[in-house]
Amino acid sequence: MLIMEDKQKFTVSVYTENNIGLLNRLSAIFLKRHINIESMTVCESEIDHVHRFTFVVEVPEEQIRKVVGQLEKQIEVIRAFYHTEEEIIYQETAMFKLSTAYLYDEKIQNKLKLRRAHIVTITTSFFIIETTGLKEDIDRLYEKLKPYGLLQFVRSGRIAITRPKMAISELLQEFN
Amino acid sequence: METLKKEIKEKKSSKPVRVAGAEAVIKCLLEEGVHLAYGYPGGAIMPVYDELYKYKDKLHHVLTRHEQGAIHAAQGFARVTGNTGVVFATSGPGATNLVTGIADAQIDSTPLVCITGQVASHLLGSDAFQETDIVGISTPVTKWNYQITKASEIPEVIAKAFYIAKSGRPGPVLIDITKDAQFEEFDFSYKKCENVRSYRAVPETDITQIEAAAKLINSAKKPFVIFGQGVIIGAAEKELKTFIEKAGIPSASTALGLSALKTKHPLHVGMVGMHGNYAPNVLTNECDVLIAIGMRFDDRVTGNLSTYAKQAKVVHFEIDPAEIDKNVKTTVAVLGDVKDTLTKITPLIQQNSHPHWLDQFHKLYKKEEEAVINNQLNPTKEGLTMGEVLHTINSQTNGEAVIVSDVGQHQMFACRYANFEQTRSNVTSGGLGTMGFALPAAIGAKMGVPNREVIAVIGDGGYQMTIQELGTILQTKAAVKIVVLNNSFLGMVRQWQELFFDRRYASTVMTNPDFIKIAEGYGIEAVRVSERKNLSNAIEKMVASTEAFFLEVVIEKEDNVFPMVPTGASVSDIRLC
Ligand SMILES: Cc1ncc(C[n+]2csc(CCOP(=O)(O)OP(=O)(O)O)c2C)c(N)n1
Repeated sequence: MLIMEDKQKFTVSVYTENNIGLLNRLSAIFLKRHINIESMTVCESEIDHVHRFTFVVEVPEEQIRKVVGQLEKQIEVIRAFYHTEEEIIYQETAMFKLSTAYLYDEKIQNKLKLRRAHIVTITTSFFIIETTGLKEDIDRLYEKLKPYGLLQFVRSGRIAITRPKMAISELLQEFN
Repeated sequence: METLKKEIKEKKSSKPVRVAGAEAVIKCLLEEGVHLAYGYPGGAIMPVYDELYKYKDKLHHVLTRHEQGAIHAAQGFARVTGNTGVVFATSGPGATNLVTGIADAQIDSTPLVCITGQVASHLLGSDAFQETDIVGISTPVTKWNYQITKASEIPEVIAKAFYIAKSGRPGPVLIDITKDAQFEEFDFSYKKCENVRSYRAVPETDITQIEAAAKLINSAKKPFVIFGQGVIIGAAEKELKTFIEKAGIPSASTALGLSALKTKHPLHVGMVGMHGNYAPNVLTNECDVLIAIGMRFDDRVTGNLSTYAKQAKVVHFEIDPAEIDKNVKTTVAVLGDVKDTLTKITPLIQQNSHPHWLDQFHKLYKKEEEAVINNQLNPTKEGLTMGEVLHTINSQTNGEAVIVSDVGQHQMFACRYANFEQTRSNVTSGGLGTMGFALPAAIGAKMGVPNREVIAVIGDGGYQMTIQELGTILQTKAAVKIVVLNNSFLGMVRQWQELFFDRRYASTVMTNPDFIKIAEGYGIEAVRVSERKNLSNAIEKMVASTEAFFLEVVIEKEDNVFPMVPTGASVSDIRLC
């Protein structure tokens, strides 16, 4: 029986060695506990040859603590952290492809101004809008642009910087 | 740093020898002190087998009859010796046949290095003949795994594999080697791995936690220890004994912790868990300080967590930080290697005894004895019981044998009734509960400790899951003693059907072959016992034999294992019948 504690959104940052197959190993830990990964990003971190995975999940804190323990236990994971929404600054990016027929639509133009979105490409048949913001910002813009018949829509996973320090460089020094 | 790296490089290249990848694999194993391995050949691993042929004087390879047999044998070897078991298999079906054993080793923390052949690297991902993504498949059930596509990676990766498998909380590692990497030549030199920068094998011990734990234990009126396999893996049997004797704490074992402390030690109060002893289960919910040592609060141990030891403060000695607070909230967590942490805490513990508290265990033991144990050991009914078979084995081996049990009722009887005088004497598939484990595991165990008596206790169901390994016994002459407790049922499942499914015996009735003829077909001396008066003589004969021996005991068909904590019930609601 699962104790139904309140679910919350957590951003999990995992610093790892750069090895093939690690994504599989990490996602399996979420899978095993039947946790849906809302978004995921992988990139090089601030440390040479160290990668950083950023997962966003919505689970009780009790559970995320255990998951982070199990992530950290993986051989090639250097450190794993979890943070609440208040502890991080985060952004997502999205792109929308629309027919050029709407390029001079005033309503669209106004919406773009409000959303700090801008046009990155224009061709004779389509144009592309790009925006960066919180998930909700992108959701709202999506709802607004949807009636125009989106030709394509794509959004990134979350990228996040934490307010608290993540003592990862020190840790690596210790290991070396 | 750079100069250091250069030095290491120079040191490494001091005596390089040009060899093919396959030969390098064998050389690495010899460097790691491996002289015995199990496996099964096939196309993608043939270059390695060719080298095994050349190196057969130095590295003995045991051909099992199935890859599952090979890996369980390696597990049996590892469990009795503490050394890393080594397994070879080919790609595709060879590799997938290992998966059950890998999962078993992962959950029971058994050190293994599995080496699988893989199709040539230019074929990877093309659905080539016998290609399977064994790295992907084994990822969730390995401590670490890696695919080698270049021969030059072999020494470093294998060194790392052995370090990871054995250090900290042990586990299985799988190394997949493409066939071209086995053929490729390179300059070989070997350096043992002593450190992986992203991996801390043993967490640092916080001395303040040791002090806090000591304070709690010293103030306890009803302290209770539950120890697990961590004590055996950490070779901390002596430290455990000194600690509990000084503090005078009644101590119970998990199934996998059995034999870490002599069964007859005056402070040993039995086994906890679903079919454990009555007293330690009931009194788990009465102790004031619960001291868990190298165990992980498995659900078969705790029953319903919401009513488990709620009154107690919990001290957890553990090597794996991910186990802390995973199932049971601790008051004090003592991270580290138990051998070290127990050594550190014992001087801080006051000499003590808890006679009234210990007496509570004895009183409840009496109750269990009257309700359950006497009927098993001195049955008044005609049918033979599993308990009396174990009892007879105890008296004829003086508790010195390694008991390897399979999964089911007989396993619980073995754990409950076997008398263990020595550590590393109870080998069973605990966490995964893999039927078919015992016969091959017993073969591996016998090869690991050839001077000890190794007795496999198996049900008629599980026996038939890996019965082909009788062929391995025939070929290797491993002097394993096999006891099949035949109740003509998948007994444990039948018991649940009786208790919880109104006796609807769905697919648990077994029509069995003539086990005696089968054993004899493999050249193994075989005896069947169906009457009580013949039991003792048959076991005597079995123990006296210096070769493999098969004993079938026809058991009362519908006997049950009790006590029992039904699923979802509290440990203190354990049923005696
Ligand atoms: C591979 C596998 N399949 C199924 C089970 C489920 N299971 C647990 S105990 C058991 C019955 C075992 O019967 P038997 O080997 O005859 O032993 P007994 O319980 O009669 O002593 C079964 C089917 C299992 N543990 N492992």
